[in-house]
Amino acid sequence: MTKQVTLAVKELRKTIRGKEIIKGISFELHEGEVFGFLGPNGAGKTTTIRMLVGLIRPTSGTVAICGYDLHRQFTDAIRQIGCIVENPEMYPYLTGWENLEHFARMMPGIGADRIMEVAKLVGLEQRIHDRVGTYSLGMRQRLGIAQALLGKPKVLILDEPTNGLDPAGIREMRAFIRFLAETEGLSVLVSSHLLSEIQLMCDRVAIMAKGRLLAVDTVERLLNQQARVVWKAAPTDRARALLAAETEVLRADEETIVTPYEPSRLAAWNAKLVQAGVSVSEIEPRLPTLEDLFIELTGGETIE
Amino acid sequence: MSKLVYNEMLKIVRKKRLWVIAAIIAVLVALFTYAQYRETEELRKRLGTTDWRTQLQQQIVDLQNRLQSPSMSEEWRKYLQIRLKQQQYYLEHNINPSAPGAPTFMRTFIENAIDLFLPLLVMVVAADLVSSEASAGTIKLLLVRPVKRWKILLSKYIALLLSVSLIMLMAAVLSYAISGLVFGYGGFRLPLLTGFVQQGEDLNTANVHMIPQWKYILIELGLAAFVSVVVGTLTFMFSVLLRSTAAVMGIMLAALISGAILSNMVSSWHSAKYLFMVNLRLTDYIKGAAPPIEGMTLGFSMAVLAVWGLAGLLVAFFVFMQRDVY
Repeated sequence: MTKQVTLAVKELRKTIRGKEIIKGISFELHEGEVFGFLGPNGAGKTTTIRMLVGLIRPTSGTVAICGYDLHRQFTDAIRQIGCIVENPEMYPYLTGWENLEHFARMMPGIGADRIMEVAKLVGLEQRIHDRVGTYSLGMRQRLGIAQALLGKPKVLILDEPTNGLDPAGIREMRAFIRFLAETEGLSVLVSSHLLSEIQLMCDRVAIMAKGRLLAVDTVERLLNQQARVVWKAAPTDRARALLAAETEVLRADEETIVTPYEPSRLAAWNAKLVQAGVSVSEIEPRLPTLEDLFIELTGGETIE
Repeated sequence: MSKLVYNEMLKIVRKKRLWVIAAIIAVLVALFTYAQYRETEELRKRLGTTDWRTQLQQQIVDLQNRLQSPSMSEEWRKYLQIRLKQQQYYLEHNINPSAPGAPTFMRTFIENAIDLFLPLLVMVVAADLVSSEASAGTIKLLLVRPVKRWKILLSKYIALLLSVSLIMLMAAVLSYAISGLVFGYGGFRLPLLTGFVQQGEDLNTANVHMIPQWKYILIELGLAAFVSVVVGTLTFMFSVLLRSTAAVMGIMLAALISGAILSNMVSSWHSAKYLFMVNLRLTDYIKGAAPPIEGMTLGFSMAVLAVWGLAGLLVAFFVFMQRDVY
């Protein structure tokens, strides 16, 4: 099944004062999916997102939104996007409603009924006529989502949407993002430096470090690629030598040997070990966490 | 576009900037009215009469006495001699130069406010028009709408022009209404002299003619509005260039105050006349007071201001449209 591409990024680069910050990244977003943008702080996630919404001009490369080129057809392209870049800053001296009204005036065909609709959607209808200065961070975050949804976008871009929320708020936000993708058919791009978050709500994930995309794939497949088998066998030395002849031994210590996970060949390896008189006590396939994956891909760079 | 301008005006109004400005004008006008009243009283006591003719004669005698003083710079002497000629002209032609009344107060208020006070009020609105959005981060939410960047900036500039008009209106109405309580509301038809031209040491009175005070005030208001727009535009440019509203205010204040200081000491530094801040006292040309640098005329000053304003506007738009927003 091929889903429609809503956002296509090709060879995007940005050089600031002679230093290349973004080193040629390409990816696509499909209709109805939640796409995770994962990387440590300083990897270039926010810079990339700013280029996607036209706040920063790329040095080279293109961004197309629903077929419109972001730079040549700015207004047509940007109309398809709703976004929160960093914190959802609003005018604190206006009410939530006035803030939404203010942004609605900048978009054609958005009236009071749509404002009420999004206010209800994010659950703010009770406090919508209060001044934003009196809102809690969670409420501001919701108002941020409300302004992003105001123009009925096809693509929603959220930069660190759970930043500063409490655990209940985070869970709620996650459910809401899934709802928008599944029920409303939006493409949602979510950036985060938190692995657990991406793992829990994204269909596909792009891993970014030092201005490059290291991998783009479904969460499942990325994890499977890196799946391991942990062997417990005695004597360990013999087992290790035998396994090394068949596959790559990634790690070994006194008790355990780690090899790549290849389900089709696992039984044969085991038979060889048994024939050679090695007693195999445990064969455990293990999926890495995204964290392991990340360390593997970046060559040891950690994320907090 | 009208919706965008509405947005910008809404923000200015809801930040209560215009109310603050109205309050500042009201308080200061009341203060000046009282000071003016005390001065008139003092003069009346000293001269024992309220006859303006006596006052004028007294002023002329004062001027003559001061001109006797040997320790006086050549420039100052020149200026006093010119003033003397002007006042003698008034006396000979039986014209009261400062007939009390709200319109006269209004006129002197505008003359004194044109180079510092009115620009200052305009700055209160202009300084944070763009910089506050940048420092609060709301600029990002503005720029990701289906509206081109130049339209967003233009809507802000139009809102600034509207605010300048409102400020001028408030200054005119409040200074008239408040001072009228003390001095009475009459005096719009009072004839005034204009057209004095400085030619070296001589006051050229060849073009001097009489116009009613209301016309005079309208001319001054127009000139003050022109100065306010130019200062507002320059402030607007700095507001685009800098994120910090305080820095914008600081730079503009320094420029305005340096203008006031420079005007008193640049008579021999001729190229200083191309600085915008020494060209702000446009009303002086109407009044016939000596310009800070010889050879400066109303047309020259307005041209210099217009060039500065246009340059500022170009820089503001160019930077705003090119800039990466972080």
